[in-house]
Amino acid sequence: MQGHLRRSRIANNKVNDMSYTKRFDGRKFDETRKMEAKAGVISRADGSAYFKIGDTVAYATVYGPRDLYPRFMQNPEKGILRVNYNMMPFSGSGERVRPGGNRRSRELSMVIEKALLPVVELEEFPNSVIDIFIDLPETDAGTRCAGICAASIALADAGITMKDMVAAVSVGRVDDKIVVDLNYDEEAYEDGPVADVPVAMMPRTEQITLLQMDGEITKEELMQGIQYAKKVCKDINAVQRQALKEKYQNGGSDE
Amino acid sequence: MSELLVQDKTIVVPGEELAAGIDYLPAVGTYRDKDKIIASRLGLLAVEGRALKVIPLTGRYMPKKGDTIIGRVIDVAFSGWRIDTNSAYPAMLSLKDATSEYIQRGADLTRYYDIGDYTVSIIVNVTSQKLIDVSMKGQGLRKLVGGRIIKVNPHKVPRIIGKQGSMVSMIKQYTDCRVVVGQNGVVWIQGTPEKELLAVNTIRKIETESHVPGLTERIKEYLEASGARPSAPQQDSQ
Repeated sequence: MQGHLRRSRIANNKVNDMSYTKRFDGRKFDETRKMEAKAGVISRADGSAYFKIGDTVAYATVYGPRDLYPRFMQNPEKGILRVNYNMMPFSGSGERVRPGGNRRSRELSMVIEKALLPVVELEEFPNSVIDIFIDLPETDAGTRCAGICAASIALADAGITMKDMVAAVSVGRVDDKIVVDLNYDEEAYEDGPVADVPVAMMPRTEQITLLQMDGEITKEELMQGIQYAKKVCKDINAVQRQALKEKYQNGGSDE
Repeated sequence: MSELLVQDKTIVVPGEELAAGIDYLPAVGTYRDKDKIIASRLGLLAVEGRALKVIPLTGRYMPKKGDTIIGRVIDVAFSGWRIDTNSAYPAMLSLKDATSEYIQRGADLTRYYDIGDYTVSIIVNVTSQKLIDVSMKGQGLRKLVGGRIIKVNPHKVPRIIGKQGSMVSMIKQYTDCRVVVGQNGVVWIQGTPEKELLAVNTIRKIETESHVPGLTERIKEYLEASGARPSAPQQDSQ
């Protein structure tokens, strides 16, 4: 999508040896990009959050539990969770993203919903719905992970009962190195095999709620990546907690 | 050997470990995982003897039996009215609980309460499926005419009312407004337009500053700085 500009940049970075010795942005291999989080950024919503990791920015808004229509979707046993993932038209670094849903956004909405479902206690809200809207004004890979992190803060901000928060990060392999939190340049690396593995988990128990994989990776490398993810998710969770505590120590009003 | 991992009255987030050891008991907003007590929602930790609970600071109103709420009539049926409770679930106000008047069969129910009217009612029952029954028989339960409606965080309602209604009666005295605070976070205010506005601003101030100590004093100062003078205490419901 981003085309030839990226490619030439990557080519310049390479000095003809066959390994990825240094990351494009100078990070350590198990280091995430700079993170920033804030709770309560949208005052009309029941809960909201902002989560930024590197150049990927996610806003999550939570509405509900609220009345669910159409009626046939209601579940008398427990409430339902509805997630809407949306990349804004100007969010990419290349061409304009066509607004509205597409195949990709529907799939991501679904996987994010499934990643959050194990923690949210929906039995308390029969026949109702909790709506989560994730909007991405700026993207540089890792959007589903940033979306999950933001959504998790927003759910807690909305006062919803949940077993734990969910933290997510992508790990993977670029050439012969196992890396954490790939950016777009690394995902688009062309001089060797790349694998991108988004992982979401409950940081306290290390139970995994989302694990996807795109690319080629060996079992050993994958296990190594997941080990990295476990450590990093705890750091992400600390950022999430900090965001919530900051808001509520100051009385809990939205901005 | 049980120990508290977080201090009493601190803000906790879901998934935070509150205590280790089996001597502590999980109450509202917490759960036990093996020998640990974990917070399951965001709020203020309250240690009550051996029980640990989390007092919620945010979130939508959850209907509870015995709450006095302000609701809007959203539908008129044969047997009563449907009322929006500012939560995920509407409430039912049946004919026999609606007024002390005799309502003839087949009477036009909109003569009593029409769609869009606001009423003060009390929740008499909530089922597991969150079907809510409300009643309007009782002191202070009535239709609200005129005035304005504002919505506040339902978890801040106790602060707006104050101890034994001290805060709300202060607002009433200083602004000469009639004020009814519903447990569901809906507040009705009636007075002259300027005074109504002052009452609204005062309530908003209580909402944002409820965590800072000395709230009553500050609100009193605020009201006086706004040029309001207390009138004789009025006898109003609530």
